[in-house]
Amino acid sequence: MNIIVCIKQVPDTGSVKIDPTTNTLIRSGVPSIINPFDLNAVEAGLSLKDEYGGRVNVITMGPPQAEEALRNTIAMGADNACLLSDRAFAGADTLATSYTLSMAVKKIGDFDLILCGKQAIDGDTAQVGPELAEILGIPQVTNVSKLIEVKETTIVVEKELEDGCEIVEVERPCLLTVTKQVNNPRIPSLKNSMRAKKAEIPVWKAADIDADEARIGLKGSATQVVKIFEPLKRTDSRILQGDVDEMMTELVGELRKRV
Amino acid sequence: MNYFLTEEQQMIKDLAAKIAVEKAVPLVAELDEKEEFPWEVMKTLASSDLFGVYLPEEYGGFGGGVFELCLVTEELSKVCCGMGVCYAASALGTLPILLFGNDAQKQKYLPDIAAGKKLAAFGLTEANAGSDAGAVATTAVRDGESYVLNGTKQWITNAGEAEVYTVIALTDKSKGIRGASVFIVEKDTPGFTFGKKEKKMGIRCSATRELIFQDCRIPKENIIGREGMGFIVAMKTLDRARPGVASQGVGLAQGALDHATRYSRERVQFGQAISSFQAIQHMLADMAAQTEAARALTYAAARMIDSGDDNISREAAMSKLFATDVCMRVTTDAVQIFGGYGYMREYPVEKMMRDAKILQIYEGTNQIQRNVIGLALIKESAKKK
Ligand SMILES: Cc1cc2nc3c(=O)[nH]c(=O)nc-3n(C[C@H](O)[C@H](O)[C@H](O)COP(=O)(O)OP(=O)(O)OC[C@H]3O[C@@H](n4cnc5c(N)ncnc54)[C@H](O)[C@@H]3O)c2cc1C
Ligand SMILES: Cc1cc2nc3c(=O)[nH]c(=O)nc-3n(C[C@H](O)[C@H](O)[C@H](O)COP(=O)(O)OP(=O)(O)OC[C@H]3O[C@@H](n4cnc5c(N)ncnc54)[C@H](O)[C@@H]3O)c2cc1C
Repeated sequence: MNIIVCIKQVPDTGSVKIDPTTNTLIRSGVPSIINPFDLNAVEAGLSLKDEYGGRVNVITMGPPQAEEALRNTIAMGADNACLLSDRAFAGADTLATSYTLSMAVKKIGDFDLILCGKQAIDGDTAQVGPELAEILGIPQVTNVSKLIEVKETTIVVEKELEDGCEIVEVERPCLLTVTKQVNNPRIPSLKNSMRAKKAEIPVWKAADIDADEARIGLKGSATQVVKIFEPLKRTDSRILQGDVDEMMTELVGELRKRV
Repeated sequence: MNYFLTEEQQMIKDLAAKIAVEKAVPLVAELDEKEEFPWEVMKTLASSDLFGVYLPEEYGGFGGGVFELCLVTEELSKVCCGMGVCYAASALGTLPILLFGNDAQKQKYLPDIAAGKKLAAFGLTEANAGSDAGAVATTAVRDGESYVLNGTKQWITNAGEAEVYTVIALTDKSKGIRGASVFIVEKDTPGFTFGKKEKKMGIRCSATRELIFQDCRIPKENIIGREGMGFIVAMKTLDRARPGVASQGVGLAQGALDHATRYSRERVQFGQAISSFQAIQHMLADMAAQTEAARALTYAAARMIDSGDDNISREAAMSKLFATDVCMRVTTDAVQIFGGYGYMREYPVEKMMRDAKILQIYEGTNQIQRNVIGLALIKESAKKK
């Protein structure tokens, strides 16, 4: 089974702050990590490979530093990785990103399965996976929490819904986005870590993937972020203390005042 | 401090640290409480190739030595000394094969051990043969194509969990310890069973049991070296394993120091963090300096062994003695810095202090280490005259 995994390098959660004057993320000094759900996608690819054979190819679009993230996936056991990096890709929204990824997937060619994390923890849109499937014209299942069975031409998976689970059988080639429930990402091995250190990671520019200039980067983006801001912290909240009956009376009184 | 690790050594250390933090930490308190073997962590160490770091490449290892073994042991012991010993004791059980085994024995056993598919254990101690290893009474009698083992080994780490056992037994009782030999015994050999699991003060996730041999018949090919070489094999093995125990001490001390430092900044008494009291700062300073000195000595001893030097008993003993005495002091002081909280099982340093004590006892008590060092000093001085 030939598998392509799309990953994203993101700033480590918890350490990101927003600059109140420019309303942009303060990225300097914040360590980068692989988007946690993407680690589950890599693990899903590797465990399918362990069971059914094949190859796992990891791709990411990002700045040159994103190469580090790709090396980490090779250390986990991925066979190949390539970096889509070009100034022309800068400023891409989810639409331009998924178009760019789709062109890389076409260049790689032969594949049975594309795996993505369910969403990136920085943008939180959960759009790139579904858009990529649409552009490629292949079926998709999002929020996959379990890989159940690989059949001759299909794969059976469990998908998380808000209030339950759904079991879906889907034709391959297809695209799955996975949640944390799907597996526990493995720790790298020493042998693969050594391989990762030495691995050649090709860098593909727009021209290498025959990308249409009008559909990549800022130009190819249908949306634009106007402003990012932290929601205002409410300062008028109060914690009631004391006897339950007293607190109830006070609470009801407060609520009455406001209606 | 910078110990100028090679890129590969740094990679080993980082991997071990990652496993310790991500896989081991969540299990430490539970496995201690339940006295349960840390199989999950052992399996992760295996799939990450860390059981082979000290074994030659031709047997599936990474080609490192005692130093690499110490790096992994230290990182594990930082979070759980019990897990550290499960790992290190497997190496202890493997060293006799690595050092004195023939090629067939190495081919047969080392690849599975390097891959972490099999753990090993080392069986020397008996009820009446502790510090006085020469008093072993287990016998191995040659009978045609076999040796037949009888006797009981006591307090053997990894017993019951390991697949491969290196066992010291007498092939010639009349010669005492000069008549001892070392054998490889596989788990599930008829006549080979285990005693009950001991209930211990510390390192409670590790398994400590008896090895019981009752007319246990093993192929004669399983002797390591020749008959009568047993004592030499055991002593050379222990020499090379001692920096491993030292690195359990270094790791455990470092872990306790890290907890104590963090806690001292959080705990407020008299209106300020207790870290603002010089009494606390001085305690932390002594703990840090001693731990670093222990690490430096341990690394130096390990590197000396890996250089191929054969005259290493004294340095190996020094590293074990110093690092484990430091560890006992540092973990005790960590409890002190935690105050009453340090005495409670909800906080990690209580276990660390319990774990530390064994390091001064096993693989040769610290009194025995002093005997080794003292004897080496006197011998050397006598030679100079
Ligand atoms: C948890 C645990 C795990 C172990 N794992 C293993 C294992 O995997 N394999 C194995 O073979 N053994 C193992 N042992 C055994 C361990 O190595 C012995 O306990 C140790 O060597 C000390 O022997 P002993 O307990 O009989 O103490 P003893 O020898 O009875 O010593 C008692 C006291 O007398 C002192 N003493 C003895 N002789 C002298 C002397 N000549 N000079 C000064 N002081 C002396 C000692 O230092 C000690 O303080 C383990 C023990 C424990 C508790
Ligand atoms: C098993 C147990 C039973 C107990 N029983 C009782 C009981 O029956 N009744 C009762 O009232 N209490 C009891 N205690 C509480 C005990 O008296 C306190 O734990 C003890 O006074 C220390 O306080 P602490 O634990 O808050 O440590 P902390 O005061 O937080 O001390 C932490 C560390 O900081 C150091 N430190 C603090 N202040 C200073 C300073 N100014 N200068 C230098 N160093 C400083 C301490 O020496 C210690 O090393 C018990 C505690 C335990 C663990």
